[in-house]
Amino acid sequence: MSSPLTYIILWPLLAAVVLCFVPRNYSFLMRIVAIVATFVTMLLAVKMFWLYDRTPFDADGFKFQYIRPWVSSLGISYHVGVDGINVGLILMGAIVAFAAACSGWEIRDREKEFYILLLVMSGGILWAFSSLDLFFFYFAHELALVPTFIMIGVWGRGERKNYATFQITLYLSLGALIALIGLIALYFQSGLHTFDIVQLLNQAKANPNLISPSMQGFIFPLLLFGFGILISLWPFHTWAPLGYSSAPTSTAMLHAGVLKKFGLYGLIRIALPLLPMATREWASIIAWLCLGNILYCGLVATRQKNFNWLISYSSVAHMGFVFLGIASLSLIGVTGAVLVMIAHGLLAALTFGLSGYLYHTTGTVEMKQLGGLLRKLPFLGGALMMALFAGCGLPGFANFAGEVTVFFGAWNRFPLVTGIAVWAGLVIGAVYMLRAIRNMLQGPLPDKWMAVSESNWPLRKIPYLVLLVSLLVFGFFPQLLSTRITDSVSRMLPAMSVNQPVVVRAASPQLADAKH
Amino acid sequence: MVAAGLLLLLADLWTPAEHKRKLGYAAATVVLLILAWSLRYSGDTVQYAFNNMYVLDGLALFFKRFFLLAAAIVLLIAVEFSDRIETGIAEYYALTLFALAGMMFTASANDFSMLFVSVELITVTFYILTSFQRNRLVSLEAGVKYLILGGLSSAFMVYGIALVFGTSGKMNFNLIAPMAGELEGNRLFLLGILLVLVGLGFKIAAFPVQMWAPDVYQGSPIPTTAFLAVGSKAAGFALVLRVLFTAVPAITAHWTTFLVVIAIITMLYGNLCAIPQRNLKRLLGYSSIANAGYLLMGVAALSEAGRSAILYYLGGYLFTVLGAFIVICLVTRKMESEDVSALAGLNQRSPLLATTLALAMVSLAGIPPLAGFFGKFLLLKAVVENGPANHAYYWLVGAAIVGVVISIYYYFGVVRAIYWSKDAPDLSPIPISLPIRIALYVCAAGMLYLGLYPNTVVNAASQAVAVLSR
Repeated sequence: MSSPLTYIILWPLLAAVVLCFVPRNYSFLMRIVAIVATFVTMLLAVKMFWLYDRTPFDADGFKFQYIRPWVSSLGISYHVGVDGINVGLILMGAIVAFAAACSGWEIRDREKEFYILLLVMSGGILWAFSSLDLFFFYFAHELALVPTFIMIGVWGRGERKNYATFQITLYLSLGALIALIGLIALYFQSGLHTFDIVQLLNQAKANPNLISPSMQGFIFPLLLFGFGILISLWPFHTWAPLGYSSAPTSTAMLHAGVLKKFGLYGLIRIALPLLPMATREWASIIAWLCLGNILYCGLVATRQKNFNWLISYSSVAHMGFVFLGIASLSLIGVTGAVLVMIAHGLLAALTFGLSGYLYHTTGTVEMKQLGGLLRKLPFLGGALMMALFAGCGLPGFANFAGEVTVFFGAWNRFPLVTGIAVWAGLVIGAVYMLRAIRNMLQGPLPDKWMAVSESNWPLRKIPYLVLLVSLLVFGFFPQLLSTRITDSVSRMLPAMSVNQPVVVRAASPQLADAKH
Repeated sequence: MVAAGLLLLLADLWTPAEHKRKLGYAAATVVLLILAWSLRYSGDTVQYAFNNMYVLDGLALFFKRFFLLAAAIVLLIAVEFSDRIETGIAEYYALTLFALAGMMFTASANDFSMLFVSVELITVTFYILTSFQRNRLVSLEAGVKYLILGGLSSAFMVYGIALVFGTSGKMNFNLIAPMAGELEGNRLFLLGILLVLVGLGFKIAAFPVQMWAPDVYQGSPIPTTAFLAVGSKAAGFALVLRVLFTAVPAITAHWTTFLVVIAIITMLYGNLCAIPQRNLKRLLGYSSIANAGYLLMGVAALSEAGRSAILYYLGGYLFTVLGAFIVICLVTRKMESEDVSALAGLNQRSPLLATTLALAMVSLAGIPPLAGFFGKFLLLKAVVENGPANHAYYWLVGAAIVGVVISIYYYFGVVRAIYWSKDAPDLSPIPISLPIRIALYVCAAGMLYLGLYPNTVVNAASQAVAVLSR
């Protein structure tokens, strides 16, 4: 039986192949092909999400699986499948891919190459999230990562574009290769001669010492720092601000929103269950490193004058919450981490999308030059304001649900770190987000922006509406995600200390209001 | 296969008689026919000939097919290139075939004398091939450099062989192997093996005898460079594998750290020196040193996985490098310069050439879904596998990662020149003849096929190297 996942992956990739044969000057057709392909992918992902509860689990705890051997002598196979952890991520990825394809209108030259790369990137990242084979997990990520570099190099903006391209290329390739070494070492140390994640997980569940403790201590840092570079874990975050502020809008949306979550997903999917002992040893280190993200990058964000740099730093800061959730090693914490990943994916895509829209309307995102734009750009300004409120964790948006869950999960283990993180997340986050709103959207309107207006074309608003609606839906009904996530995380983490009762529904807005 | 080799030589005797450009097509066809004929053989049974000097097994067969395919494509490049060679194009084809014959012999060499003869056959023909453009100073310079350094390394090798024969009294790989116990402590014997390796290191462009590669690659006619990069390197690796794992497996096991260090220096040297290069052929020269370093990882891993990874990697390397050289040959036809900037606007001039060269560069950089990625993956995997046994391997992996990251930088520089150069002086379309078009499709398809369906070649490679670990 073939899996819906295969179609989700194939639509963008096939569309990319089709675009190769479209003549260069049919740029409108190319845009339509890209939007339609990602739209179909999004519909398929929604359908899969809908069917998820109505489909029984396979014996190994996954659904919609499909396996086809690729290189049997090495134990590599094309294996896709979902459980509660990646089903939401795939949905989020498909939504962001659609939004990114819609935001491609700003590209005016070499549209053919742009859309091909964008579609390869979308297909690759969805493949990485659905792959249950270590080899293709890496392969698909790399497939998605390389277009990022090219897109920044060619369609990027700013005078430091070339420097940004090389920095991000070399930095992220290094991270990916370090992680690859970790994955290969994992393959050998398991002694199973398979890259199949499901088989590895099942063996690890039966035998926590599948990989000897000393080798766990060797492999875990490889994965942590390899993935850590990809995720912009402090102090490996330096590529992110320049990279994102130089990237074309669609690329920044896809990378900050979806691709960056790959490393986190890898930690949760692979490092946590397969290297339980090393994870426990490293947990407190991760917790303190995450403060570097939340506190340091948050403080840096407050000093930014360029809106793009601000949201880049804020996106780095948000990664800290996910790390905190992973470090908590508790059911609630990891669930919260996945929730934050999904919420932040939608949010990052939204803010980068809106920032790109703003850039193309006004020609600048320097906050000093902007002001009072809410009057002139009601839709853009309103959406931006909502996005920024979501970014500082306003209840009602999905981010709040995730962050609160992370804090609940991490409290028992790291009360001090959690205390600082809550303070930093709420206060620092609010400071820079509100400052951005004040500087750009309110206050006096400089004369030169008297003439700006937003496009009346409703289609242009679609990507932002889709993202906003998703954020609100998951914000008001986090149990759509959390029940699925908790179920799978509890299957995955039998070795972890699951000592708290499951109170994920507490993350709904009512209780949160009571808490404030 | 012996007959095949002789047939080839007969064909060589016949070809110089006629002086036609089209002769190259005939030669390529003959080579392809032999390739098709070789498919009838399977490497399951091992056959010996010439008093055990010549062996035909899976490994030999793998390399012979490899060389035949490479030579066929090189001959097609030579036809394209023939208008830039003033005299004696037929001799050029003939010499290419002689070099091919030498390579075919190396694939089957099972004896130090056979090893020397076949290596000399290759090297001597290449002396001529490198300096074939007699009116170009760089070509002559390349020839002289190759002659001097090649002569030096041959001298090392012959001295090494003498020492090996003097201490062991045997020339045959199979006969030396059982004597490992008594020879292991014999310093002269070890020195002999070391000197042979120096000679072979020259062929594969490994540190510390890699100096010639950039100059010779830059100066030689393009088909020669292509054949040097693919054929000569692969021949060197065929012999390295035979010597290290058939003749002296016990000694090789003690030399792990040595091999690791050589591999590390080779790959870092190649990659670091490639960064500032602007000449395409010189860039590929340094890249070829870097690739020799990656391939040596497979030797240093001392495992069957490592050896089969070498074969797989060479398979991908063949399509990649030959594809790149075909494009370079066509692009530089009208210009004197072989600078990277010559690629400006290639995307408008010929999308096929642009795509092939971009694919080749991306594959060399090791990016999925192309052959180079899976090759590097196999090599790294083989090294990581032995990591717990010897921690030097982790340093090797670290160096390989640094090397790959550096290489992404310069390979992407080429890709950028193809697609995104600001000013393209010449936008006239480039005519591509039918055979070259086919060769380009073969190279592009080979890169993609090996990357997407590696199963066939991985199995063939592991079958081929199985003979070494008997």
